[in-house]
Amino acid sequence: MTGESAREPVLSVRNLRVEFPTRNGVLTAIDDVSFDVAPGEVLGVVGESGAGKSITGTSIIGLLDPPGRIAGGEIRLEGRRIDNLPMTEMRKIRGRRIGMVFQDPLTSLNPLYTVGRQLTETIRTHLGLGRRAAMDRAVALLDEVGIPAARRRIDAYPHQFSGGMRQRVVIALALAADPVLVIADEPTTALDVSVQAQVINVLKRMCREHGASVMLITHDMGVIAETADRVAVMYAGRIAEIGPVRQVVQHPLHPYTVGLMGSIPKLDHNEPRLRQIPGSMPRLDSIPPGCAFNPRCPQAFARCMLERPEPIPKGAARVACWLHANEEVVA
Amino acid sequence: MLAFIIRRLIQAVIVMVVVSLIAFLMFRFVGDPINQMVGIETSVEQREALRERLGLNDPLILQFWYFISSAAQGDFGVSYQFRQPVADLLAARMPATLELSFVSALFALLVGIPMGVYTGLNRGTALSNIFLSVSLIGISLPVFLIGILLIFVFAVNLQWLPSFGRGQVVDLGWWTTGFLTASGLKALILPAITLGLFQMTLIMRLVRSEMMEVLRTDYIRFARARGLSARAVNFGHALKNTLVPVITITGLQLGSVIAFAIITETVFQWPGMGLLFIQAVQNVDIPIMAAYLMLIAFLFVIINLLVDLLYVAVDPRIRLTGRSA
Repeated sequence: MTGESAREPVLSVRNLRVEFPTRNGVLTAIDDVSFDVAPGEVLGVVGESGAGKSITGTSIIGLLDPPGRIAGGEIRLEGRRIDNLPMTEMRKIRGRRIGMVFQDPLTSLNPLYTVGRQLTETIRTHLGLGRRAAMDRAVALLDEVGIPAARRRIDAYPHQFSGGMRQRVVIALALAADPVLVIADEPTTALDVSVQAQVINVLKRMCREHGASVMLITHDMGVIAETADRVAVMYAGRIAEIGPVRQVVQHPLHPYTVGLMGSIPKLDHNEPRLRQIPGSMPRLDSIPPGCAFNPRCPQAFARCMLERPEPIPKGAARVACWLHANEEVVA
Repeated sequence: MLAFIIRRLIQAVIVMVVVSLIAFLMFRFVGDPINQMVGIETSVEQREALRERLGLNDPLILQFWYFISSAAQGDFGVSYQFRQPVADLLAARMPATLELSFVSALFALLVGIPMGVYTGLNRGTALSNIFLSVSLIGISLPVFLIGILLIFVFAVNLQWLPSFGRGQVVDLGWWTTGFLTASGLKALILPAITLGLFQMTLIMRLVRSEMMEVLRTDYIRFARARGLSARAVNFGHALKNTLVPVITITGLQLGSVIAFAIITETVFQWPGMGLLFIQAVQNVDIPIMAAYLMLIAFLFVIINLLVDLLYVAVDPRIRLTGRSA
């Protein structure tokens, strides 16, 4: 296992299973998902809408919307199990050990309070600083995320900031108590293309300087390729492939990842039509038996319809695909 | 900010002019005022003389001007039935109505908001369901029935509280208050509950639905993800965001509480303006009706002005648009 650091992982998710009980039976949104995040590492999580990326993030921080619940597996933060903690204990982890950045900066901040008040509130909750010290830290954080004239802007309300600036404030909030892990759920999706790169750079720099690992959830392969150290590709609530970003991007193993890479338009190729993977991801209530990808897979064979593939180590990566099973047996 | 207040004040003046026009026209609609003032044996010449003396032959617009300018100075004419200045009659009755309305509104807010927050946060629990059922009663039962039921239970059967009147009041010279005596306070309880129950259930349901709405927003999720305490999230962040609609409705309802105190005052024989108004209607006492109409309109205008200013205090986004506009 070369990709996963020998040091103890910051976050370790084992066989996570998340279910949503509904009137028509139990839907399994996350099924047997395992991965680690090493100290200082940026793990990218990609997949289509509904693949379970965001639910993975919210279940780690313990904020699944009811009736969703963790039905199996375990989540460990710095070796300590956190998926079964009582509410009051979990509150000390949220914001303090795990910071969160949500998709839409326009709605992530409370419109009725100044950004300074929201920052100091978080800082004082977790670090027990005095009013003055918390204010100084808030100004320093705003300064770090690149808000000009931070000392003056701290008394401004969220609506007085642009979208990109608000997402910087959100990043400052996520890092306010120096967490060990930041979960960024589509942090740039709602932003203008021209500021996406800036915000990603701020996020990356802030996490590096504050020593936080990052779980970067996105459907933008470009962002992953530039930012992440490793990448997990999710499909229908399962991890299809996980490995070092260079390997996954350049030599994808899972047919789904291959399709995903193939569908990224390239500047130097002049194709009349964008390439796409035929079909669409199955709904949660109609995931086929065997490999969830089998109806869309160009290389599917009999075994894919019957047996569910387990993640198979393949170099530094792991891939859940029967195409890669035989060699492993031989080896 | 100043421009905002000035704009609102100008609007308030326009509203008051329109309302006074309606009040003024009431005199014309309900027949010839001379007929109501003199006996049937008065001769035509005497009637004409009186008409001339009262200025009723002046052009309508001039009469309206007299009406408005004297009303602005607090002169609403003389009551037909009491032969006393209307302003004095209303001033004597106003403390009773305002105290009752104030206590009702306070009751509605202090009970309604916590119940709304509780039911919004704890959906489906037994206590929430009880609150919701009670609120259904409050919203659907007519006011007079609630009043009679309360009198039946607490005044007639249990004999805990008086069934009518204000009890002992203390005259402060410019104001008579029931707040300072035990019997005055006891007399307030039943009418205040009767008058405030509907507003209380309305506020409770409003707060509940607003809370449920706000709790779904991203900034509440983010506040939770930042590890803030449940109290900080629910009250500091969520409740404050429900306040703008709550202030609007409460303001409007406070106006209605004063205006619709009529029914409660009748049921409890509360010596307030509402009771005076009912008597005025029965005796076609136009000056009192006109003055009451203008007074209620004035209170509505004042309350709405305060509501607008409160918005500005609560929501910084309004502050900014107010300044730039």
